[in-house]
Amino acid sequence: MAKITYREALNQALSEEIERDKNVVLMGEEVAQFKGSYKVSEGMLEKFGSDRIIDTPISEAAFSGLAVGAAMMGMRPVVEFMFWSFCYVAFDQIFNNAASVRYMSGGLINVPIVFRGPANGGTNVGATHSHTPENFAANTPGLKVICPATPADAKGMLKAAIRDNDPVCVMENTILYNMQDEVPDDKDFIIPLGKANLLKEGNDLSIIAHGKAVHTSLEVAHTLEDKHNISVEVLDLRSIRPLDVEAIIKTVKKTNRVLLVEENKPFCGVDAQIAFIIQDQAFDYLDAPIKRVSAIDAPQAYSKALENIQIPAHDRILAKAMELI
Amino acid sequence: MEGLHHDTTSVPTSTDTVEKAAEPALESKQELPETIDSQVEFSNAPANVSLSHEEKIGLYEKMVRIRRFEERSLRSYQQGHIGGFLHLYIGQEAVAVGAVSMLGEDDHVITAYRDHGHALAVGMDFDECMAELYGKKTGCSKGKGGSMHFFAPDKNYWGGHGIVGGQTPLGLGIAFALKYNGKKGSCLCFMGDGATNQGPFYESLNLASLWNLPVVYIIENNGYSMGTAESRHSAGDPLARRGEAFDIDWSVSDGHDIYEVRQTISDALRRAHEDSRPTVLEIITYRYRGHSVADPDQTYRSKEEIEEYKSNKDPLNLFKDQLVAEGAISEEQIKSIDKKAKGDAEASAEFADASPYPGSEELMDDIYWETDNPHEKTSIGTMFFETPAQN
Repeated sequence: MAKITYREALNQALSEEIERDKNVVLMGEEVAQFKGSYKVSEGMLEKFGSDRIIDTPISEAAFSGLAVGAAMMGMRPVVEFMFWSFCYVAFDQIFNNAASVRYMSGGLINVPIVFRGPANGGTNVGATHSHTPENFAANTPGLKVICPATPADAKGMLKAAIRDNDPVCVMENTILYNMQDEVPDDKDFIIPLGKANLLKEGNDLSIIAHGKAVHTSLEVAHTLEDKHNISVEVLDLRSIRPLDVEAIIKTVKKTNRVLLVEENKPFCGVDAQIAFIIQDQAFDYLDAPIKRVSAIDAPQAYSKALENIQIPAHDRILAKAMELI
Repeated sequence: MEGLHHDTTSVPTSTDTVEKAAEPALESKQELPETIDSQVEFSNAPANVSLSHEEKIGLYEKMVRIRRFEERSLRSYQQGHIGGFLHLYIGQEAVAVGAVSMLGEDDHVITAYRDHGHALAVGMDFDECMAELYGKKTGCSKGKGGSMHFFAPDKNYWGGHGIVGGQTPLGLGIAFALKYNGKKGSCLCFMGDGATNQGPFYESLNLASLWNLPVVYIIENNGYSMGTAESRHSAGDPLARRGEAFDIDWSVSDGHDIYEVRQTISDALRRAHEDSRPTVLEIITYRYRGHSVADPDQTYRSKEEIEEYKSNKDPLNLFKDQLVAEGAISEEQIKSIDKKAKGDAEASAEFADASPYPGSEELMDDIYWETDNPHEKTSIGTMFFETPAQN
């Protein structure tokens, strides 16, 4: 097992799946000659050629829809959005066509497609480039949504997504692209969608998070243990739809106190659904109300000073956790 | 002749200089095009010259069958058997039938929400289509698609799409997949005149030309984008000329004449198959019914205009007269085709009526491949968060 970055893990996943299945192609803005806006596809054009690694114009509606049409015909396109924020100009293609064609055709047509790219704030690029639409996508039956938080997950889950016969939205994070960790080099290393990962065991409090919030939550968990003698369990959801409800309920039943953390906006966010599920299925196990930390409910701010306040940071999560104990 | 909304006397192409002003909606003053003469002319065009009498009768029968099916569906709608929208194709039949009749095994079709004509033209049957309109389990989409969403991938027919212009990138993708897999095929992507003002159409034209994709965009220009006349919805005329900005060959042709449609499609298919190049075709046609059946037709066009088209430009009548003149069809055959179409349409309504509605358990089928194939499931976890109560 080698230590590689999240970015390299994505590259490995894409390269291995392109080698494995001739129906897989990667298309998007600047993925080929430019080597990827975030260098995720570095070296792939040279290795696989322009038939497989395809530069598109800045034209999300057309290339997303093209990929859906090609997927209906049996191809397995991977569409890169430079930012998931840009999917908004292709909304119809993803949320109507990719998500609904199977249903509207009574199951006659499959859409084995992957839409992927970064979906995160925290990089001082303002409101238009900082959207986290995992809740929109997960709100749409027909789509699957995953938010890998580690290099190993990035590889194993992207490979699973490409092999999946349904449309999968893979939401990455530019801030995690340089994160290094051990990643299996097995060409069939797959992490099934819908399997949460218990990153840390504990007894007094469960923090449930997804995406980069997982790492902030882990830091908070260590602070709580080191400085406050509170034993914290941290569950990384990894996948939003399907959702590992079993793992959520299990940790709640174990610690009886739960804090939900996400970098998404709060209203109708992912954690709103999770809070509902917990109170519905484990109400009697709760020793305190469910608490939540999310992005501050404003359009994403440009200024570093403001955005640092906006995104759940260590101290805000810590303060909320202390309310629970 | 007064009342005709379209002028099909001039049929510009990408090689012509076009200097035509937008037409007013309710005050059209165009001369009645000499469709009969043009029909004679196009009967000898390469696409048609070797058609046998049987093949010609087959084309006529397809058009009649589409019309009788839709007339029956309208009655069912009025009787309350069909919900939602019903966008009828009546008046436009020559376009779908003519176009589809030219296709080979690697040619594919995708269209918008006015899709009954195309579905029947590719060979879907009355029963599955009528049952779908009724929302029945025996429908082509098991009652989950409805009028706007008929599909038959086994017949290279990819729908049936409800959002105006939303199918234009999908058609591109079908063409892309054909080319990627080394097939000498094409995708005919039908759309209305209103769809030409949607952004994805232009994005698709750009990619189609840039990547040399074998897609044929067919603008079925029936003069109205819902209730908005072309002169009120589109700047620049003709609409097909918009392809020129992308170096795409284009033409305008008369969709009331099935022979002309066939020849037009034939030229576009040759371009797709031989040169892997896209085409934009504007085919002038007319719908007799409202945008959907419930819309207030009289607010945007006159009764006289509709009557004028019915009397002078009806594609079924024009082709029937042509076939009679050619000695290709007898009065008896005409009557028998009509009778059979009406009978089959009636039978399809009875079939639909007698069919069961889908059960509540079917609400959750066909959403994900994976949940429909649990033995091959690779993910774990919960996929659905509210499901029907189990009995």
